[in-house]
Amino acid sequence: MRWLLLKDLQILRRSPLQAALLVLYPILIALLVGLAISRDSDKPRVAFLNQVPEGSRVVVGGAKLPSVGVDERICSRVECVRVKNRKEAEEEVRSGDVLAALIIPADLVNRLNSLSTLNPRTPRVEVMVNQEDPVKAQLVNDRIESLLAQANLVVARRIAGEGGRYLDLLVNGGQFQVLGSSFQILGLQTTASILTSLRPALPAGPLRTSLDQVIEFADVSQENLDVAGPLIERLTQPIEVDKKVVSGSSPPLEVFAISVAATLTLTFVVLLLVAGSLALEREENAFPRLSRGLISPTGLLGEKVLLGVGVGFLVTLTMLGGLQLFVPLQWDRVGLWLLAILFGAAALGAAGAALGAAAREVRAVSLLAFMVSLPIAFLSLIPSGAVGSGLFDAIEAITALFPFKPTLEAMTSALDSAGDGIGGPLLHLAILAAAYGLLARLALRRFAAV
Amino acid sequence: MQAREIVKSFGSREALRSVSFEAGAGELMAIIGPNGAGKTTLLSILAGISKPDSGDVHLPGGAVGWVPQQAALYRRLTVEENLLLFARLERHEDPRASTEEMLELTGLSERRGEIVARLSGGNQQRINIAIGLLSRPVVLLLDEPSVGLDPRQRARLWEFVSGLAGRGTTVIFSTHDIQEAERYGGRLLVLADGEALFDGSPEELREAVRREAPEAADRDFETAFVAYLHHRGH
Repeated sequence: MRWLLLKDLQILRRSPLQAALLVLYPILIALLVGLAISRDSDKPRVAFLNQVPEGSRVVVGGAKLPSVGVDERICSRVECVRVKNRKEAEEEVRSGDVLAALIIPADLVNRLNSLSTLNPRTPRVEVMVNQEDPVKAQLVNDRIESLLAQANLVVARRIAGEGGRYLDLLVNGGQFQVLGSSFQILGLQTTASILTSLRPALPAGPLRTSLDQVIEFADVSQENLDVAGPLIERLTQPIEVDKKVVSGSSPPLEVFAISVAATLTLTFVVLLLVAGSLALEREENAFPRLSRGLISPTGLLGEKVLLGVGVGFLVTLTMLGGLQLFVPLQWDRVGLWLLAILFGAAALGAAGAALGAAAREVRAVSLLAFMVSLPIAFLSLIPSGAVGSGLFDAIEAITALFPFKPTLEAMTSALDSAGDGIGGPLLHLAILAAAYGLLARLALRRFAAV
Repeated sequence: MQAREIVKSFGSREALRSVSFEAGAGELMAIIGPNGAGKTTLLSILAGISKPDSGDVHLPGGAVGWVPQQAALYRRLTVEENLLLFARLERHEDPRASTEEMLELTGLSERRGEIVARLSGGNQQRINIAIGLLSRPVVLLLDEPSVGLDPRQRARLWEFVSGLAGRGTTVIFSTHDIQEAERYGGRLLVLADGEALFDGSPEELREAVRREAPEAADRDFETAFVAYLHHRGH
């Protein structure tokens, strides 16, 4: 077996273009996928132009609200690309450098302040998008709507907070500042106390009855306005989300990106190499000669899978090392990575052997490997809920038959310390490796035909 | 080597119908017949690659070398790497010495470092045969060994194969070139539609052709042979 392994490596070395493609192409794809997924995190690039004059404040009841820090708040949720003017913002969007442009016009604060006047004008912000494709358009819409909902919430909370402060002043009394002057507000509570202390001094009669009514009004108002404060607060966000995870644990996005990149790399390298090198034995007419007692069919399959596992292992580890440049990896879990790569490579190698045994030529088998692995990889990345339940069940059943998804699950579990256990995916891969190995062994019988 | 009543079918098609023959040490036997006669099937059964549906093959003690019609070697390896690989797979005690021996025997020592894909068809066939000889076989089976070779390469090939037979190796080869079979085969086995029609020397075949197809007896041997097959219902 070792001599055949050496021969395959010699052939691989002697085809530098093929070897380079086999190694560089998946690494390139993996890095692009890794970059794309990790880049498109919760911080899309948005061109940002804030034209509101410095020092402008929303005024409530004659008092200026403190700054809500619009710039900081928006730029904490998106990657802000500061632009100088509207034209520059438009160019950034048109060129595709940014997903959208958000322009806060100079009159936004004035319009907000007009809401409490007899001539209210609706405050508006301007959004520019490049809807070059429907997926991107939907993404932009979702992001901008989410961003504006957040901005509305911030403003509403600030106004409600101010309203609550005035209510508190009305109930409990205190100092009130208007145009630089300070006033003492008595408050309903103190008013009621003063009136209650005056009551014994009044003789029984209509005056005292009237005083009792005023004291009662002050008490009732105080109690009800105590409730009104929190109610105004709640109006800004009447419904809160109480999220409970009932199944699956979502790994951090960068971990998922690395898992996808590593699994794609492993899939293409192992599948193409094993399938191609097995088909080569047939293309070179060598199999009948080998099968005359030089190596058993099972030994030949084992050699090809070993070749795939070895090369796939090295390439994937190299790629993970490269990804370390973008995202920090938990190297204390390296033992689990190796297990995931080994089991994944073995199952993918067995699947490659089955494909290689089914085809007569290297080119045909390479095409077959692409045709099988690409759709399966695509289907494996569809999350539940993205399609109907019946269709998703069918996708689950199909993807369970191919090693891509369990390899992805094993890689994710290995990379994410808070993730699910790795035992299930490894068992799944072991079963697939055995099943595909058996299939390859049966298909190899056709090889012997002269 | 002895084959007794070999029968082989592929689905409903009978590829070999109770074919029997014997070949002694040093004999050079040609299996001839039109395309689809069953020559390759018979050789693959003798080589142990295919199993017959019935009948059996008795082999002398020692290895059987097999040289398939299409060169079975790795075109991206060098001449030397190919020989060394198969010598190692054959578990030779000294694979390098065996490789040297085959390079000498085939006259390819000078071209040992060349990638096989860059060699001519004739030289590729020489390596193909050399690999078949690595096991030092007592019987060598060659499936249409001269296909694709020019006359000069053919002459060198047959000189080489005749030398092997002269040293005691039983050589059985298939061909559909009647004149080549007549020239180099000490004995001829004629197959047609899986049936063994004749087993004897070239002279005996000429006699049989004259007897069964007298109208073609004066024409060239190939034409007479075709007439003979026609008379026999093929």
